[in-house]
Amino acid sequence: MEENIRPPFAVRARPWFIALPALLVLIGILYPFLTAIYYSMTAYALNRPGSVDTFVGLRNYVRMFTSEDFLYSTYITFAYALLATGIELTLGLIVAMLLNRDSRLAKIFTPTLIFPMIIPPVIGTLVWKMMMQPSVGILNPMLNAVGLPSLQWAAAPETALFSVLLVDIWMFTPFVALILLAGLRSFPSAPFEAARVDGASFWFTFRNLTLPMLSPFIIIVVVFRLMDSLKMFDIIFAMTEGGPGNTLMTYQLTAYRTSIQFQRLAQGLPYAILLYIIIYITSMYLIKAWGRAQRRAAGY
Amino acid sequence: MQSKVSNNRLAAILSDGFLGLYFIFALFPLLWMVLVSLKSGEELFTTQFVFTPTLENYQAILFGDPRAAAGVVARQEFPRFFMNSLIVSSGAVILSLLVGVPAAYALARYRFRGKEDLAFTFLSFRFAPELVVIIPLSVLYRQLGLYDTYWGIIWVYQLVTLPLLIWVLRSYFEDVSPDIEQAAMIDGYPWWRIFWSILLPLVRPGLAAAALLAFVFAWNNFIFALVLGGSNVQTVTVSALGYISSAQAFFNRMAAASVLASIPQIVLALSIQRYLIRGLSFGAVKG
Repeated sequence: MEENIRPPFAVRARPWFIALPALLVLIGILYPFLTAIYYSMTAYALNRPGSVDTFVGLRNYVRMFTSEDFLYSTYITFAYALLATGIELTLGLIVAMLLNRDSRLAKIFTPTLIFPMIIPPVIGTLVWKMMMQPSVGILNPMLNAVGLPSLQWAAAPETALFSVLLVDIWMFTPFVALILLAGLRSFPSAPFEAARVDGASFWFTFRNLTLPMLSPFIIIVVVFRLMDSLKMFDIIFAMTEGGPGNTLMTYQLTAYRTSIQFQRLAQGLPYAILLYIIIYITSMYLIKAWGRAQRRAAGY
Repeated sequence: MQSKVSNNRLAAILSDGFLGLYFIFALFPLLWMVLVSLKSGEELFTTQFVFTPTLENYQAILFGDPRAAAGVVARQEFPRFFMNSLIVSSGAVILSLLVGVPAAYALARYRFRGKEDLAFTFLSFRFAPELVVIIPLSVLYRQLGLYDTYWGIIWVYQLVTLPLLIWVLRSYFEDVSPDIEQAAMIDGYPWWRIFWSILLPLVRPGLAAAALLAFVFAWNNFIFALVLGGSNVQTVTVSALGYISSAQAFFNRMAAASVLASIPQIVLALSIQRYLIRGLSFGAVKG
């Protein structure tokens, strides 16, 4: 019977027909993506015409994996992403819980929370770069005022990662806090009142009520922050272009430097494609976990 | 009881104290940016907070530097960069609206095979490392004559604006009860009339907010115009680097340009505050 009442083709094709303009844009984006995979298996260099026709198979990938900088690049990509996400999650959760109180200060501050994350990341980074600057900067005078020595910030290999992380944390903690605050405000008050009447401690309520109910929101925040910091380009590029030396050469910065700046297009692509694969797998996994957490939080 | 009350007061004071410290951290750089933009070249190096404010930096970047010595770049091109940002960001949002609103409707209202895969493919634009697409595009654009053109940048900005609009709008469309449409369908209205005259007006506030947020993200973008644009389409974000990467660093000019490039963002964000959470989370958090 099911088969007999199958709607006519015109009706079945309608959603595809409605989405057709977007599908055309999709093709326009997927086509270069496929070219990227092809180019990555050639000897293509922009300054050597004709090199695009030399097919080299997986040689560029082998070269990447055996390059002496590859391990370090992997380390710095993940160190940046995991530290940024972890610190922003912790600090953002604290800020969200502090804002979710009946406090005048919280009411005044909440609307300004978006400022650091809504201005262009490059601009925000340049402002921090100015603050860290030895001649006009303000951070070293501030350190000196409390008796601490001056830092070279992003100019020194020891403090470069710390400096860019500081900017990332400044810029994106508000995003974490805003999403988690929306989560906290969506909670029903009954279980919390019950816990209070029963004399439950803060930690007990936090561990057994707040965190489980917040978990779908936390996963959403991790999806955005982890994916964006794995592929972070703007902050690192505006701060040091990956330097000093190769201190901040993540996958993204390596791909940019090799393919665009050095014009060895095919050699940089494996870094971008590897990063794409890592991000794709991680985000699929996290989005599945989000679906589960949502169902669990809803009590199914 | 007495000690419990004072404990609560202590907790409130500590909480407000931490919050205050956090907001100094969050807002001080922006305040400092405004301060530096008001400093003259001399006071830039000699003072921190006490100085005679001047608008000469704004004057210089907007109308040209009257005191520029020969050989020094008088960076009065800021209005052009600003217009470029305006053109490519608005263009990208308009194109995304034209193709994205119908797609969001199809994804919200129809059940068809491959629907979730299609939705995730659009979402994956948002998370994909941009260089995977723009390295090959840098070749393709030169072949097609799209390099350093508005159309080229508007096209590649779809990676930023389209997933946002499709996902946020889909969640708004899903919020509207299908009963309304079914009633109209029984009355004999064709699907496109129902979409245009019934559904669209219902989601208009969300639609406007999503479009403005897409504009903000397009405006903030840096890497696309850096790789695929040259001097013709240079945006404010790409040009901002120019103030301090040249031999002589114009910190105060750069601060003034930063302020002017940030004001539209802050105004837009404040105007769509109610819809911001849903927009920022791509419809996942209904805020």
